[in-house]
Amino acid sequence: MRGTSTRNNPYGDGKVIDACSIFGVMDVTGRPFSGDRAIAAIACMHERGNGLGGGFAVYGCYPDFPDWYALHVMYMEYDVREHVEGYIGGHFQLHLAEPIPTRHVRTISDPPQLWRYFVSTTDHPLAGEEPDDYVVQQVMRINTRFRNAFVFSSGKNMGVFKGVGYPEELAEFYCLDEYRGYIWTAHGRFPTNTPGWWGGAHPFSILDWTVVHNGEISSYGTNRRYLESFGYHCTMETDTEVVAYAVDLLVRRHRLPIEAAASVLSAPLWSHIDRDSSPRSTLLRALRQVYPSLLLNGPFTVIIAHAGEMIGLTDRIRLRPLTAARRGPLVYLSSEESAIRLVDPDLDEVWTPLGGEPIMTRVLAPGEGLPGPQAAVRPLGGGTR
Amino acid sequence: MKSYLASRFVVLRDQERCIQCRVCVRQCGYDVHACDQEAGDVYSSDDRCVGCHRCVVFCPTQALSVRENPLSYRANANWRPEAIEDVLRQAETGGVLLTGMGNDKPYRIYWDHLVLNASQVTNPSIDPLREPMELTTFLGAKPEAVTLDPETGALGTQMPPQVPVDVPILFSAMSFGSISLPAQESLARAAAEAGTLFNTGEGGLHRSLYPFAGNAIVQVASGRFGVDPEYLQAGRMVEIKIGQGAKPGIGGHLPGEKVSAEVAATRMIPIGTDALSPAPHHDIYSIEDLRQLIYALKEATQYSKPVGVKIAAVHNVAAIASGIVRAGADYIAIDGLRGSTGAAPKVMRDHVGIPIELALAAVDTRLRQEGIRHCVSLIAAGGIRNSADVLKAIALGADAVYIATAALVALGCRVCQMCYAGKCSWGIATQNPYLTRRINPAIGARRLANLLRGWSHEIQEMLGGMGINALESLRGNRLHLRAVGLSDSEMRVLGVRPAGE
Amino acid sequence: MSDHHLPSSELDQEIDAHGVYYRDLNARIRQAVERRPCQRLVLRHVCGQRYIGTGLRSRVRIEIHGTPGNDLGAFMDGPTIVVHGNAQDGSGNTMNSGEIIVHGRAGDITGYAMRGGRIFVRDGVGYRAGIHMKEYGERRPVLVIGGTAQPFLGEYMAGGVVLLLGLNLQASEPHRTVHVGTGMHGGVIYVRGAIEDWQLGREVGRAELEEEDWVLVAQLVHDFAGHFGGDPEAILSAPFVKLFPLYLRPYGNLYAY
Repeated sequence: MRGTSTRNNPYGDGKVIDACSIFGVMDVTGRPFSGDRAIAAIACMHERGNGLGGGFAVYGCYPDFPDWYALHVMYMEYDVREHVEGYIGGHFQLHLAEPIPTRHVRTISDPPQLWRYFVSTTDHPLAGEEPDDYVVQQVMRINTRFRNAFVFSSGKNMGVFKGVGYPEELAEFYCLDEYRGYIWTAHGRFPTNTPGWWGGAHPFSILDWTVVHNGEISSYGTNRRYLESFGYHCTMETDTEVVAYAVDLLVRRHRLPIEAAASVLSAPLWSHIDRDSSPRSTLLRALRQVYPSLLLNGPFTVIIAHAGEMIGLTDRIRLRPLTAARRGPLVYLSSEESAIRLVDPDLDEVWTPLGGEPIMTRVLAPGEGLPGPQAAVRPLGGGTR
Repeated sequence: MKSYLASRFVVLRDQERCIQCRVCVRQCGYDVHACDQEAGDVYSSDDRCVGCHRCVVFCPTQALSVRENPLSYRANANWRPEAIEDVLRQAETGGVLLTGMGNDKPYRIYWDHLVLNASQVTNPSIDPLREPMELTTFLGAKPEAVTLDPETGALGTQMPPQVPVDVPILFSAMSFGSISLPAQESLARAAAEAGTLFNTGEGGLHRSLYPFAGNAIVQVASGRFGVDPEYLQAGRMVEIKIGQGAKPGIGGHLPGEKVSAEVAATRMIPIGTDALSPAPHHDIYSIEDLRQLIYALKEATQYSKPVGVKIAAVHNVAAIASGIVRAGADYIAIDGLRGSTGAAPKVMRDHVGIPIELALAAVDTRLRQEGIRHCVSLIAAGGIRNSADVLKAIALGADAVYIATAALVALGCRVCQMCYAGKCSWGIATQNPYLTRRINPAIGARRLANLLRGWSHEIQEMLGGMGINALESLRGNRLHLRAVGLSDSEMRVLGVRPAGE
Repeated sequence: MSDHHLPSSELDQEIDAHGVYYRDLNARIRQAVERRPCQRLVLRHVCGQRYIGTGLRSRVRIEIHGTPGNDLGAFMDGPTIVVHGNAQDGSGNTMNSGEIIVHGRAGDITGYAMRGGRIFVRDGVGYRAGIHMKEYGERRPVLVIGGTAQPFLGEYMAGGVVLLLGLNLQASEPHRTVHVGTGMHGGVIYVRGAIEDWQLGREVGRAELEEEDWVLVAQLVHDFAGHFGGDPEAILSAPFVKLFPLYLRPYGNLYAY
């Protein structure tokens, strides 16, 4: 048995330790495409994972219901579904409930029950001015209140599909050949402990923010305690989760541009800030002074995505790999170049960002031309890093 | 700058016995003893004495003794003499305090709180001198199950490489550079004689030791010193050194003055340059990178020998070990808090890591919970002092143990903790040819082989007492251990019950 | 002469690596090299397979078409590997002798702990290239980078030669690498183009090239142009600077003895 634990950290380790391969592809025109590339590419990096976790985030996959939150829920126990569905019905307007389509895959044994619910908060008496805040609150509540039930995707017109197995097996399991999206991110996991839990696979998400992550964040304890003081519950005990919540806090709640958020998570060295005499250095200094507890220290590469945007970021001394590439409207991010070459041999350009230098790609505004070479790179910290 | 530190030891010379023969002057690597050119008298400078007893042992008339300086400080439970002296030393140098050997702080030694079992009445004990008693241990990964060829009924499983040792005691990594060549040759010869393995450490394998390569674990550390295809091909096993118990999380630094012509040739670096081992392997920043290096070494050796990984025992050691098994390691060596070193910052040695007993028990337990303990061999290191410690380690779950301090003590070491100074009067931790010459590898090997022989007999006696005639029946057999004076949580981690229960 | 137009001969072999697992591919390479004398081995459709040429002791020439995986030529002793494409991380890891020629760029830790042989990269390299290169006696590893490098070039460098040409930089555009030669205590780094003091590790000194430096640099530039084309004289006409370790023992006074 591959082990379908009901908890992410069955031994109560300080945190879950894992590592992996990551991949992302986006069409900047917003045109949806199939998952073939992402699936083949992540399978190409098979060697970096160990079959104990894989997953995908697909943006634009529910074009028929673009305005409803799509809650993906996994049930590790049969009975709990009834209670959770009662809760969802009582706290949202429920438009559609259905099992997430899956097919039998020999190597994937004992999956949880997987359901999805399309909901809205409009006119709901309990939802306040900020529907997103309300949804975050409800997701946190379901995930902490109900044992053996877990919301693993909660954005609009996007979905997370993940579990225990190699990513290519999970793609088959979740029938991802039937979906189309304009961003696909993917993850192959190498956890150090077996009882891989389905919820513990990547991507991690909150609303339509998703994170796939490679590396281990040594500052986890600091990051976690800081985020907990802002009402986030780190139920997963994994460092990837704190990335998702940190981005949610910085970008959605504190309304910082993503460049600034990147400079918090992967802060430039003080010596580099000090050498920079432009007004930007004042901002960078303040960001480091205000958000020291959100510096992600230790080796990491993440691909963060949300509606219309995909961001690649590495730690400030680039201890984990990230290769970026572009061909026409397609932008790729990957742990290894070969995975990109496999699915798109004739690239316009391939490059590797500097540590802490985010690669940001977003869907073009109507009439906007394709970006020039490496236009995706807009480092807030300047060209010194 | 005038030093405010008082001398640590007082050298006592019985003038009535002293015959001014100057043996002490010649034997001391620290120039404690000197001869007054005019008067011809031999006198001593106490402040240089490290308490290694070389002069005491070699004085032909037993005229010498060494005492700890009985200097008293005003009693203070907080500002103990060591704390005061450390501050003074740093105020005078501005440096990182260096030390050698293993942690000397009074952390609990769990071996001393575990007792072994013996048979009485209900099952017979075994007389090891006349009955069969098997200590042979095979190191290396094991497959999940044995399969037979359906046609012939012969073995169908392709066995991964297995390395047998006649005693479950291996010599831990000590590089040529940190110790002298005659000291390493003594280890190599003793390993060959006793049917066990020695470990090159991160210093390469000296040309003269290639005849013993069949008993060598060749280490690959972050600096890759002495690592070339020939070295990898020669060794019996390959060990990736991630960390060591004396200094988890930091690298190594062999100072240039120890890089003699021979050390330089073995490490393949110029004479006199510092040999810096970075803290991490710069091709390993993550668990999947470890897998990459493990398989690079397997590719380079064509899957012909076990590739293991040595780590320091740290907080998450159980999860880390689990990841190492999944990364494809054939054995894991875990080095605990009391593991030794040729040189380490004192603050690291004394404050970082966890005791081997707890680490070993946690790793063995975790790997069993994960169903992968059988896939890998476990070697425990760091603080094994005698055969009882060996057996307790095996009962907690080790396949074998590494010893280093015990081996050096067998060669004369008094654990004076000054290895980093390069002046070792016993010729062990030095590259000064005047000092290294005093180890005769043939005699050194005899002392070491004697030690293993003695321990091996004791292990057989204890096993026989428990009614066990094959070591593997004690491996992970914690029912043969009981705890005395430990808390519930300590017993829970160790997986042993209190004595009497 | 272009590598593509070598006449095929009895001593040539070819492997189509498409979809071949790395372990099988490397076993076939080893077989090809060991079974009969093979002077030239062409690998087609390589995509991410690791350890090509790793631990191989031979004089064979391996030509790779595609993108080889990590640890290309690790522990390698003798072969010449030509990559028609980009190389990933760890090329030439702890390499003993031989040559790796990359018609493209190479990733992080290119030439890690290399102790002999030569690596030529036409374009840029990733982080920590040339880290812990070391030399002994006749063995002096060489890493030549046509483009620029990412940070920590030559970290911990204990010997050997790194030549950074910066050919992909615009006129007067400085190298962006920082922490160059941090912890360096042996060897030499030659940099063509602008690099400022703050970009260097504190253990690094800078100097004008002397006669013997120019001889070495000119030789390497000619070899570089031989592999990838370009006018050696034009390359050599730009300013160069020599970076060297200020101390053989950078941390000699760090400790209290």
